[in-house]
Amino acid sequence: MDAPRGRRRLRAPLAFFLVTLALLASLVLSTAFGAEPLSPATVIDVLVGRVTGGPVADLAYDTIVWQLRVPRALLAALVGAGLALAGAGMQTLVRNPLADPYLLGVSSGASVGATAVITSGLFAGAGALTLSGGALIGALGAAVLVFVIATAQGGLTPLRLVLTGTVLGSAFSAVASYLVFRSSDPAAAQSVLFWLLGSLAGAEWYQLAIPAITVGAVAAAMLAGSGWLDALATGSDTAASVGVPVRAVRVGLFVLLAILVGVLVAVSGGIGFVGLVVPHAARLLVGARHRVLLPAAAMCGALFLLWVDVVTRILVPPTEIPLSVVSGLIGAPAFLVLLGRRRYRFGGEG
Amino acid sequence: MSVHLRAEGLACSAGKRVVLRDVRLDVREGETIGIVGPNGCGKSTLLRVLAGLRNPSVGHVHVGGVRLHGLGARQRARKVALVAQEQDLPPDLLAWEVVALGLTPYRSPWNGVGPRERAAVADALAQVALADLADRPVNQLSGGERRRVLLARGLVQRTPLLLLDEPTNHLDVRHQLDLMQLVRRLGRTVVLALHDLTLATATCDRVLVLHEGRALPLAPPGEALTPGVVGAVFGVDATPIRHPVTGDTHLLITPLRPECTP
Repeated sequence: MDAPRGRRRLRAPLAFFLVTLALLASLVLSTAFGAEPLSPATVIDVLVGRVTGGPVADLAYDTIVWQLRVPRALLAALVGAGLALAGAGMQTLVRNPLADPYLLGVSSGASVGATAVITSGLFAGAGALTLSGGALIGALGAAVLVFVIATAQGGLTPLRLVLTGTVLGSAFSAVASYLVFRSSDPAAAQSVLFWLLGSLAGAEWYQLAIPAITVGAVAAAMLAGSGWLDALATGSDTAASVGVPVRAVRVGLFVLLAILVGVLVAVSGGIGFVGLVVPHAARLLVGARHRVLLPAAAMCGALFLLWVDVVTRILVPPTEIPLSVVSGLIGAPAFLVLLGRRRYRFGGEG
Repeated sequence: MSVHLRAEGLACSAGKRVVLRDVRLDVREGETIGIVGPNGCGKSTLLRVLAGLRNPSVGHVHVGGVRLHGLGARQRARKVALVAQEQDLPPDLLAWEVVALGLTPYRSPWNGVGPRERAAVADALAQVALADLADRPVNQLSGGERRRVLLARGLVQRTPLLLLDEPTNHLDVRHQLDLMQLVRRLGRTVVLALHDLTLATATCDRVLVLHEGRALPLAPPGEALTPGVVGAVFGVDATPIRHPVTGDTHLLITPLRPECTP
């Protein structure tokens, strides 16, 4: 056994204070980066002008910061927060430290929907909204299928969910690939690939409402049930013994996660590693109780994706690279560092 | 804080295999009951049924005159607590956080762990002599300490009926005796599954012997665990002897001698 050690965990209030500070600063600073680099002073001028209703300093800067970069930064923060919440919830639902938000086949289902829209030519005609619509329908359809099959075969137990989600996910990916190969449009494959790897390019203010409401509502519901989630994470027998209606909580959590991930995939495509790594990092920071874990994960996820998005803009200008490329390049080493820490056991004994 | 527990005609099956058949028991308020039987005789299943976690295929469980399986999860968890056998806890939980799970049936959504809850948790940890380890992650506890943390989780649930599945596993001899003493002092109705026949004899008011899914009548240890019963159920030879100092009865267990095999 390890020698007794003091609590190395940051005291939760301090951790929250620091992360909130970093998040606010990042929201402002990140808008300085992009194809046209701006100084932080310019950014602050524009933001102060916008918030206080003062005179517009420079119309070009105002457009870049307020119309292009601020909505994009907010969307990155929202999607990052949502993915981290979904990852933490999924890891609890299936009691598996390797679970990520896309486990239930939701993202592969979304890719079928999105691919269908792109390859059928609807995308060229009606634009991004049809793409999001197709992805959302595909995602929710996949979730319903996983739910129905898992329930029919004996219930939403952790192992059954993992297996059903993985198998159906592969099947959906196959369907999406088939759609791409059948298509006569050579640009379709490129569009599909770019979409699958995630992007926040072209974010606009009006796109923020639905993800904001979804992330907020799901976060509130999960926090309200945080005591139940704690018990569920220790196993279904303990949970039932302390009065958790296990079956109802599992179904509720599944539905929340499916809607959350479906909406996130619809606005940003698939973004790897955020939902897998960030909940573990948050656990190291504040501990495993959902009451503190969920907010911490959401804030860390927002912070992480905000900077990942900045890197996608400035790494190979003027081209933007997909989010998953960067999140994977940062996330994989980060995960390995976590793995190497002796104190953190990833839900499994040494 | 104790309650009357009555179960009659309990039967339970897993697939085609019958795990329990026609089990009846009537436990008076404040009694400590030991369930003994060889591996696979249905002890854990019976405890799960008595805890309301599993529905019997036939029969009823009444706790304080109320049908247990008709209650909602939250109401049930205020009447009965089950501390199951070793389970894999999320390793990054601290000991007090595991104990605080026992407060779930009393917490409302949004409310955190307040000073009153903290005091209840500290009190439960003190009862199992782990007050110093409240802030230790559970993966840094020994097996025996983890068992006691789980017991504290059951205690903090403040239920009049407490069910314990092999609570003495992984405990050293002193902590086994301490635990049994603690259980007796609680003033609750306690039903526990035990492997150690001597411990059951020494500390339980009455003993239920389970054999191939059937229960022998609930009886005081001396009557329930006669050499004949122990031989037939466990396949070992048991000789009761009187402790020269305390006067308690102990069972000497030896392999069944061939000439005595029925």
